[in-house]
Amino acid sequence: MVTKLLDYGKPCDTPAIADTPALLVTGVNFSYPQLNHRVLENINLVIHPGENIALVGPNGAGKSTLIKLVAGLEKIQAGTIEVYGNPATACKHRISLVPQRSQVDWSFPVSVREVVMMGRYAHLGWVKRPRQEDHDRVEAALKRLEIDCLAERQVGDLSGGQQQRVMLARAIAHDADLLLLDEPLNHVDIATQELIFHLLEELCEQGKAAITSTHDLGILPVHFCRAVFIDRQVIADGAVDEVLTAENIARAYGFEFHKQKDLSQWLNG
Amino acid sequence: MVEWIIEPLSYAFIMRGLAAAILTGIACAVLSAFVVWRGMSFVGDAMAHAILPGIVLAYITGTSLFFGALGMAVIVAAGIGWLSRRGEIKEDTAIGVIFTGFFALGILMLSRVTSYQDLTHILFGDILGVSTGDLTIMLVIMVIVLAVIFVFYKELLVTSFDPSHSIAIGLSPELVRYGLLMLIALTVVSAIQVVGVVLVLALLITPAAAASQLARRLPAIIGLSVLFAVISAIVGFYASYYANVASGSAVVLTLTVIFGISFGVNTLKNRIK
Repeated sequence: MVTKLLDYGKPCDTPAIADTPALLVTGVNFSYPQLNHRVLENINLVIHPGENIALVGPNGAGKSTLIKLVAGLEKIQAGTIEVYGNPATACKHRISLVPQRSQVDWSFPVSVREVVMMGRYAHLGWVKRPRQEDHDRVEAALKRLEIDCLAERQVGDLSGGQQQRVMLARAIAHDADLLLLDEPLNHVDIATQELIFHLLEELCEQGKAAITSTHDLGILPVHFCRAVFIDRQVIADGAVDEVLTAENIARAYGFEFHKQKDLSQWLNG
Repeated sequence: MVEWIIEPLSYAFIMRGLAAAILTGIACAVLSAFVVWRGMSFVGDAMAHAILPGIVLAYITGTSLFFGALGMAVIVAAGIGWLSRRGEIKEDTAIGVIFTGFFALGILMLSRVTSYQDLTHILFGDILGVSTGDLTIMLVIMVIVLAVIFVFYKELLVTSFDPSHSIAIGLSPELVRYGLLMLIALTVVSAIQVVGVVLVLALLITPAAAASQLARRLPAIIGLSVLFAVISAIVGFYASYYANVASGSAVVLTLTVIFGISFGVNTLKNRIK
């Protein structure tokens, strides 16, 4: 309990180890206590710094659960998860989570600026107030997501796309090395989608890594090089056109369609 | 007019009563913003009732009500958490069972050891029986509530708005929730003398419910809640002095009227838009 209290705002005393993957998932199993079947089974995954990958699969495939395990929202039951060579939960500065929209209480009275500042809390911890550096980083994140003019607005008043920009700005202010985005594209306008993708590409060019879960297969070929298809297990992992085969889709979604056609053709268009 | 205002204050016990109502009002109003916006009204009400055995026990043994309430609050919060930990029993069911059970136990203990008079005081408040010692405790409670909310304001924000992010950065939303429940238990110690156990919830809900009709930002909501609570304490108090009605109910009714006006103003404002 006491050690738990000290986790919050702790300085990062486990520096990233050189030449280790951004994320290394080994033999992870998971089941929820109320359900008797496994949600995740023997998941193995390696993501290197600079990689921007899509995590795809049908509803209930365990995409969110995997993201929650990496972010420390669920306890690891079997297997290991390492982030830059250290246990996933060792350093709270290194991982930033953009949760699913439904996980957030959008009606709670907070301003855009206050939410983006929450990205700095991992660095501040108990009692400490934001310093000049924190304010500067929040300002920069607001500008990057083009929402500096909305800074004083209440988050509840914004559109879905604007709200998602706020969450991304928070992740930028967090200054993490591994970004986890759980279904960030739901209820989001095209302009915001484009902004999110450009931002992810830019961050990954700087050597960070990002995982975006989505069930929108159409966007994959345009915005991602690599996709991981999961449905309890890793079904396919590799270049998008190799992963998005009719067989994989049929296997994951439980039906067969256009089996004789080459899917990637219309997915690319 | 001046005489009308000053007259009741010439009695020390009435002065103390008014001070008690204001101190309690401020403490409860600050908390009410979080009780309302986090949707904690049921658990808040439950906590207010379930700590009764602790208060009665402290009353019987002559120890501080402060520690009686706090000790009981820990037991209640732990009990609710333990019962609903595996999701087999829903949390609101666990709250309901524990709340009514403990409240009944409190009443039972009261009926065994004290007179009917004491029972009504605890249930409906006894604002004119406030001693200097009580007033000191109320002041301490108000200072604790204000200090905790001020110091942990950003933790309250993040755990209310986005618990997932909060866990990801190592801050337990459960911990903050239990902290808030403890604060609620503390204000109940204060509020019991002013409005009684039965009406405590009004002080923990109505100020922020009214303020939220008129303000959008949390600091403004908190500020307005405090203002409304203080106005209600004063108006209710004078009403009870001059009209000879129960003071706790007068305070709560004033708050309710303020809510009604705020609601009306907000509805009109939206219509005009």
